[in-house]
Amino acid sequence: MDIKHFLDKDQEKDLLRLLTAGSVDDGKSTLIGRLLFDSKKLYEDQLASLERDSKREGHAGEEIDYALLLDGLKAEREQGITIDVAYRYFSTNKRKFIIADTPGHEQYTRNMITGGSTANLAILLADARKGIITQTKRHTFLVSLLGIKHVVLAINKMDLVDFSQEVFENIRKDYIDFTTQLDIPDITFIPVSALKGDNVVDISPNMPWYHGKSLLEFLETVHIASDRNFEDLRFPVQYVIRPSLDYRGFAGKIASGILRKGDEVMTLPSRKTSRVKSILGAQGEVDEVFPPLSCSITLEDEIDISRGEMIVHPNNLPKVERHFEAMLVWMDETEMDPYAPYYLKHNTHTTKARIDQISYKVNVNSMEKEECNLLKLNEIGRITLTTSDVLIFDPYRKNRHTGAFILIHTITHNTVAVGMIIDKLGSQELPYRISEHEKQHIANYGSLIRIGEREKRYGQKGVTLWITGLHGSGKNQLAYALEKELFKMGKNVLVLDGKSMGKGFARELDLSPTERNKYLKQIARVSRFLNEQGILTICSFVSPEEEIRRQLKEIINEESENRFLTIHMNAGLDYCKAHDQYGLYEKAEKGEIFHMVGIDEKFEAPQNPDIRIEEGDETALEKVLNILNERKIIFD
Amino acid sequence: MPDSVRSFIGEFVQQQRMKYKISNLQELEAEAIHIIREVAAEFENPVMLYSIGKDSSVMVRLAEKAFAPGKVPFPLMHIDSKWKFKEMIEFRDRYAKEKNWDLIVHYNKKGFEEGIGPFTHGSKVHTDIMKTQALLEGLNKYQFDAAFGGARRDEEKSRAKERIYSFRDKYHRWDPKNQRPELWDIYNAMVHKGESIRVFPISNWTELDIWQYIRLENIPIVPLYFAKRRPVVEIDGNLILVDDDRMPEKYRKQAKMRMVRFRTLGCYPLTGAVESSADTVEKIVEEMMTATHSERTTRVIDFDGEASMEQKKREGYF
Repeated sequence: MDIKHFLDKDQEKDLLRLLTAGSVDDGKSTLIGRLLFDSKKLYEDQLASLERDSKREGHAGEEIDYALLLDGLKAEREQGITIDVAYRYFSTNKRKFIIADTPGHEQYTRNMITGGSTANLAILLADARKGIITQTKRHTFLVSLLGIKHVVLAINKMDLVDFSQEVFENIRKDYIDFTTQLDIPDITFIPVSALKGDNVVDISPNMPWYHGKSLLEFLETVHIASDRNFEDLRFPVQYVIRPSLDYRGFAGKIASGILRKGDEVMTLPSRKTSRVKSILGAQGEVDEVFPPLSCSITLEDEIDISRGEMIVHPNNLPKVERHFEAMLVWMDETEMDPYAPYYLKHNTHTTKARIDQISYKVNVNSMEKEECNLLKLNEIGRITLTTSDVLIFDPYRKNRHTGAFILIHTITHNTVAVGMIIDKLGSQELPYRISEHEKQHIANYGSLIRIGEREKRYGQKGVTLWITGLHGSGKNQLAYALEKELFKMGKNVLVLDGKSMGKGFARELDLSPTERNKYLKQIARVSRFLNEQGILTICSFVSPEEEIRRQLKEIINEESENRFLTIHMNAGLDYCKAHDQYGLYEKAEKGEIFHMVGIDEKFEAPQNPDIRIEEGDETALEKVLNILNERKIIFD
Repeated sequence: MPDSVRSFIGEFVQQQRMKYKISNLQELEAEAIHIIREVAAEFENPVMLYSIGKDSSVMVRLAEKAFAPGKVPFPLMHIDSKWKFKEMIEFRDRYAKEKNWDLIVHYNKKGFEEGIGPFTHGSKVHTDIMKTQALLEGLNKYQFDAAFGGARRDEEKSRAKERIYSFRDKYHRWDPKNQRPELWDIYNAMVHKGESIRVFPISNWTELDIWQYIRLENIPIVPLYFAKRRPVVEIDGNLILVDDDRMPEKYRKQAKMRMVRFRTLGCYPLTGAVESSADTVEKIVEEMMTATHSERTTRVIDFDGEASMEQKKREGYF
């Protein structure tokens, strides 16, 4: 075969991702080492370095220690165990393989879950002398949880049981009994000796009673293409490509289903529809795309779609819910805080989630369901969640891509858990930590504490007292005196003025009328927010125009209720100049500052203020307090 | 069901299966594009580290595809140790211009002015100052929160366990015991200010995949990969190219013209050539398939000590 022919053939090979799990003693590393070695993909110098390492650290006596091929990290090598997921690559004439090699210890369940999430197939090892042990069951459960459709149970160390068919058959029967309760569609049993090489690559003459394929031959031929879901179109929008005004490409990876040019499609959750105009694949324009290809599509209509939305066929819709059940595997050293929110990332969408209930946790050794209040590292539980945004999902059993999510800690940002969505119960049937009514309320208004409740506790209404008047008319003195008096009475009150807002906002003075009005509106919005929390605000600003005061009132007022009281400091210009502590009028007259109300700008007195205070009135404070009492703005 | 119908259905199913069959390379390509887009969507300030090597060239091609017909929305950055082969720099500048890349070239100015180099300071000091330090300096200077690298898991033992999103603390350190679990194709992009992620979109590619892709896509690569008569000196069993006058006289005068090529590219005094007549991608693959040395053995820095790559990674090197 010449090289060109070799490359052309090589290019057509498909890829099988497989997971291996087993304990340190099962000979898993030896088995993988042999697969790599015997498929002749190890370069000579790697072997040379292996022989060198083997002499120094090996555990297998005189023979080559295949396991050493696989261990990378120094600390692990010193401990003589693999402690993480390691990926291995090899290739035969028929296929390419990626092995996710994971350890079998109980404390590292998280690694097996990690390695298995992308696997098409799992090889589990059993020691022929020990049969199906707790660990085998645990691994099988995890494989079934991850929805891996093909499992090979490699019954290893057959050489140590005299290649006995009886031993093999007994283990096979035990395993079938155990797996009937799990959901694994395809299980294959192969008797092997990883150390001696029996049935790994070639069929062993030592077990003539075995009529199946060798492990490698099985891996080369197992049919995996139909494991992909070609039925339900799910295209999560990942990125919007907009190089020019006439191209708006929605880019992403097809999670499932087939997307064709001309298809009628709907985007979720917005439910807008259009048709597929073009599909740009990695190799150029195409008529259709299918999983797991990445592409960028354009639509006939100009509709606005952003990252996190999903494109589907309108006659085949996923679930669009905020409330659902999932199997959750806790992956972090820090245990679950069932009352804390977590970030939830699902496809291309990140939102916040809270845990409503933990129905049970699964004891992976006995498969029993146990009651629990929270999950710890490596624990698996069935939980109910509520998210702040809707999720567009399918159950994990039906769709591995749209049914999976991760939870991220809001402070450490670690990936703390991974989930697989279950949809046996409808959203309405699931338990909530808070009532249905409250849920609706949060959706519509947010806080569960009503404004009335706050007002009752504070003994006040959340209103804005807006003090208007010339600079030097005594606005601030009144504002701060009022604040102090109300505070003494136990009220919850705040002054907003040029000074207190100065740090974050521009000062009112020396602003042009347009800038000033913009600034005042910002103040009004802050004040309204505070009023909505039941807080009384006193705003002290010159605010010279009748029109802007009307607009401020509009911002602050709710439709039904008046929460805006105008207090006019009715002082003449001479009085104000005399009480000008900053010498601003003088500066304005010299032309050093501009837009000084009273000098180069007019003050429009309010027509109907709620309270009018005449210049120098000593009883101003009392007057205001009286009105507040009269109007039941403050009460006991 | 009559046999004819059954066979018709069987044939139809078979056809469908073939139609939606996907090759290894198509799958790896789709995966890499997905990773690259995900980073562009979720990070504020990503950068693609461009080493000028073949793996980098493939990665850049994938980035171009990911945003076609638009432009790649992040810059490329080359960390120049100032000891790279001249042909690498020429190649870099020519393609950056031709393809209109947004390319940043960063080097350790202080190290350069102090004349740090492998001949005078040894490979360890040179690598630390002109590569590792320069990289950290470059990343800090532009405050990148994600940096793509063209590393592959099958390159080297300690990389077999590397995540696709590899988390680095604010000192760019990698802690093998503290990597985030990575599942399905859902990547956790959350970092605090100062922390970052190294992203390896071609993690799952093998060397053969890279060559195959270069062949199929006609991706230009530095001519040094192809065999040619070049002046080389044998130093400690490695064939070192005489690339400029900075090579000490005692070596230079021993130079002989030999038919050689390079399997990997780096700093010229630290990268050994192999004798070869492979002057096409096909011939390179043929040589590789029958080779007796894996690709990294010609990189001298690997011989510094046991688990050396791992030590470099902990210090922040890729």
